Amino acid sequence: MFQETQQNIKHKKTERLFRILFLMMVLLLITPVLMILGTLIVKGGPAISLEFLFTNPTNGMTEGGLFPALLGTIWLVVVALLASVPLGIAAALYLSEYAPDNWLTRAINLAIVNLAGVPSIVHALFGVGAFVIFFDFGTSILAASLTLAVMTLPVVIVATRESLQAVPQAFREACWNMGATRWQTIRRVVLPNAISGILTGIILEVSRTAGETAPIMFTGAAFYLPFLPESVFDQTMALALHLFVVATQVPNVPPSMPYGVALVLISIVLLFNAMSITFRMYLRGQKKW
Amino acid sequence: MVNPSQDAPAQAKNKKVLIENLEIKYGDTVALTDVNLDIEANEIYGIIGPANSGKTSFLNCINRMDDMRPNMSTTGRVWFNGIDVTNWRNLYSLRRQIGVVFPLPVGLPLTVYNNVALAPQLSGINKKADLDEIVERCLRRAALWDEVKDRLDSLGSLLSGGQQQRLTIARALSQEPDLLMLDEFSIAVDPVTTMRIEDVLKELKKEMTIILVTNLVQQAQRLADRTAFFLNGRMVEMGKTEDLFAGKVQHQETLDYIEGRFG
Amino acid sequence: MTGRAVNNTIQTDDSPDLDWYIDRIVQVLMFIGGISAIVLIIGIFIFVTREGISFIFNDLDFAEFFASPRWRPTSEWRATYGILALIVGTASITGLAMMIAIPFSLGSAIFISEFATGKYKEYLKVLVELLAAIPSVVWGFIGLTIMNPLIIQIFNVPVGLNVLNAGLILGLMAAPIITSIAEDALKAVPDGFREAAEAMGATKWQVIYKVVLPAAKNGLLGAVLLGVGRGFGETMAVLMASGHAINLPENIFDSVRALTATIAAELGETAVGSVHYQSLFTIGIFLFLITFMINLTADLVVRGVKKG
Repeated sequence: MFQETQQNIKHKKTERLFRILFLMMVLLLITPVLMILGTLIVKGGPAISLEFLFTNPTNGMTEGGLFPALLGTIWLVVVALLASVPLGIAAALYLSEYAPDNWLTRAINLAIVNLAGVPSIVHALFGVGAFVIFFDFGTSILAASLTLAVMTLPVVIVATRESLQAVPQAFREACWNMGATRWQTIRRVVLPNAISGILTGIILEVSRTAGETAPIMFTGAAFYLPFLPESVFDQTMALALHLFVVATQVPNVPPSMPYGVALVLISIVLLFNAMSITFRMYLRGQKKW
Repeated sequence: MVNPSQDAPAQAKNKKVLIENLEIKYGDTVALTDVNLDIEANEIYGIIGPANSGKTSFLNCINRMDDMRPNMSTTGRVWFNGIDVTNWRNLYSLRRQIGVVFPLPVGLPLTVYNNVALAPQLSGINKKADLDEIVERCLRRAALWDEVKDRLDSLGSLLSGGQQQRLTIARALSQEPDLLMLDEFSIAVDPVTTMRIEDVLKELKKEMTIILVTNLVQQAQRLADRTAFFLNGRMVEMGKTEDLFAGKVQHQETLDYIEGRFG
Repeated sequence: MTGRAVNNTIQTDDSPDLDWYIDRIVQVLMFIGGISAIVLIIGIFIFVTREGISFIFNDLDFAEFFASPRWRPTSEWRATYGILALIVGTASITGLAMMIAIPFSLGSAIFISEFATGKYKEYLKVLVELLAAIPSVVWGFIGLTIMNPLIIQIFNVPVGLNVLNAGLILGLMAAPIITSIAEDALKAVPDGFREAAEAMGATKWQVIYKVVLPAAKNGLLGAVLLGVGRGFGETMAVLMASGHAINLPENIFDSVRALTATIAAELGETAVGSVHYQSLFTIGIFLFLITFMINLTADLVVRGVKKG
C-alpha cells in the first residue's frame, strides 16, 4: 500500500514534468511569433493613417500611400472568388453527394491534396504558361486571379465538403423517399444547412488569396502603376507584392513605410481569418438538429 | 408510358403490389431471397420478424431506393399497380406515389410548415392557399396539429421524438400516397402516441394501401389484415393475421416467434 | 380540396419530367466540377512542361543540370545551367527548418491534444490557426528586417541573410501547419484506447507514449511529410531571407539560394521563349514532380492508417 502511494507520487511528478515540457514547446513556438507581430505593430503603427491607406505612392514609392495596391488586392480577390467559389462548391457537391467510392474519386481527392501542395511559384509558372500565354489574357487581373483561384480552390472544396458531410444522411434519405431528385434534395435541404459552413470556407479563402505573392508576380501584378485598373484585362498593383517591392526593390524608403505595408497586409489577412474562425465557432453553438 | 398489360401476369393487374422471386444482395451478401407475395388494395399488410431479417431492404425495393445505394442489387419482379417498377424510368415520379415512415423520426431541418409543404411543392403545387390547406389537413390527420399550430415556423428537427414521428407521417401523407410504408414507426415513440398513430392508420386504410413493418407482434395483430413473417433473409410464410395468431401456421418458427419464444 | 378519393386514378406515367432532366443536367455539371481538380493538376503539369520542353530536349545536359553548382544562365561567353547549388540551398534551408519545426510541432500537438482542456485548448488551436495564416511575404520581410540584424548581432557574422535565417523563418512558418495536422491525427485516436490504458493503471505519459503515439504514427508521419513539402515549395520567405547567393553552404551562416526563389527572382527578367526562360520552367517541372511525390507519399501513409 505504502509503496503504491510512493509510486503514485513519482508518476504525478513525471506527468507534471512532461506537461511542463510540452507547454514550453508550445510557448517557444508561439512567443517569437507574437513578439514579431508586436514589433510589426510598434514599428508599422505610426505609418498607418487614412492618408496612407487612401493615397497613391509618390516620389518613386518612397512617400505617399498604398491605395492602388489595396484596391488591386480587392480586385484580385473578388475575381479569384468568382472563379473558384462556383467551381469549388460544384466539386465538393460532387464528392459529397454524387461520387461513388471508386478509383476516380480517390484520384480527385489526391488531385485536391496536390493542388494545395504544389509550390506557389509553380502555380505562377502555370499561370504564365496557361492564362498569360496560351489563353492570351496577357499579364492582367484576369490571369492573376485565375492563377490564385486554381491555387486556393482546395480551400473552398475542403470547407464545403466538410459542411456538406455534417448534414446527416437521414435528411437526404427522407427527401429521396418522398420522390425528391438528388438536386431537389441538395437545393432544398442540404445546401441551406451547409451554407454557413461554406461561407466560413470562403472567408478563409479571402484571407489566403490576399496574402499570396508568388502566383501574381508574373501573371498580373505590377511593381508600380501610375493608374488604377479599369477592367480585368488591366494590370494592377497588389498589397503583398507591394510589400516585397518596398522592402527589397526600392532604394531610400523610410523604414516605417514597409512596416506600415506589412501591418496593413497582415491585418487584412488575420482579420478575415479571425472572422472565419469566429463564424465557425458561432455556428458550432447553433443547434439545428 | 408503360403499358400495364404488357407481359404483366394477370393477377398483377388486380393487386396493389405483387412480388415475384425477389432477391436482394448487398455486394455478395444475400439480404433477402425467394420472396413471393401480393398485397391487395386498401389492406394493411403486416410484416413481422426479428432484426436483420430483410424487412427494410424489402421496402427499399418497392419504392426503388435500391437505385440510390450503389452496393445494393436486386433480381426478381416487383409489380406496383400492374407495372413492373424495375423498369420504371422516372423513379422520382414512382416514389412520389409511395409514402415512407422510418424507424427513427426524421424531422427535416426546415420549418414544421415546410416539412409538410415540401412534397406538394416538389410536385408543383405552389399556391399559398393550397399549401396551407394541405399542411393543416395532414398535420391534423397525423394528430399533431393541436401541438404545433402555433409554431409552424419552428424547426421540425427540434420537435420531440414523438412529435417528429407524427411530423414524418404528416409529410408522408402530404404526398397523397397510393401506398404508405411504415418501417417500425413506434421504435422511438411513447405508447400513447403509438396508439394515436394506430387509430390514424385504421382511418387511412380507407384511402390507401398500407405496408406495416413492425417489431411488435401485437401491433400487427391489432392492425394488419394479412401478415408475412420474415426470418433470416427469407419469407417464412404469409397468411391472414387472425389465422396466424390463432395458431394456423405452416411453420413452427412462425408460431414460436408470434408467441415470443425468440425475437 | 378534400381528401383523395378512394378510387383514385392510378398514375402509370413513368416518363421523365422537367425535374428529372434538371437533375441529370446538374449531375453532369457537378461531375465536371468534381473532375476539375484532376484536370487542373494535369493542366499544371502540361502547361509548365509546354514552356520548358524545348529546353529539356535541346539544351539540357542532365549531368550538368543536376551535378554542377554553376547556375549562370546569363553568362555572355558560356551559359551554364547547373542547379546543384540551388538544390543544396533548398535542402539545407528545409532541413534546418524541419529540425526546428518537427520536434516543436509534435510537442505542441501532443500538448494541445492530450494535456490542454476546455477553453484553453480552443484558444491554443485558434492561435495556431492564425499563425499558419501569416502570408509568406510577411515572413520574408520579418527575416529581412528583424532576424537579419539580430543574427548579425548575436553571432557576430557579416551577413544575417543565410541558411540560419531562412531556416528559422521557414521553421516558424511550417510549425503551425504541422502542429494542426498532427493534432488532427492525435484527435483521431479513439478515446477508448486512452481509457483502456488508463484503466490498466498507465500514467498519462505512458498512455501517450505507448498507446496514442503508435496509433497516430502514420498520421503524424503524414503531417511531417506535408510540412516538408510545404517548406520545399516555399518561395517568397526563402527568397527574402536566404541571401539569394549561389553557393554551396559550408555552415548555417552562409547565404544560399533556393530553387523556388531562383524562378521568382529571374522569370521577370527573361524573354518569353528564351533558353533561360525555358530553363526556369524546367526547374518548375522538377519542383512539381518532387512535391507531387511528397504529397502522394503523405497521402498513402495517411490512408494506411485509416485502413488499419
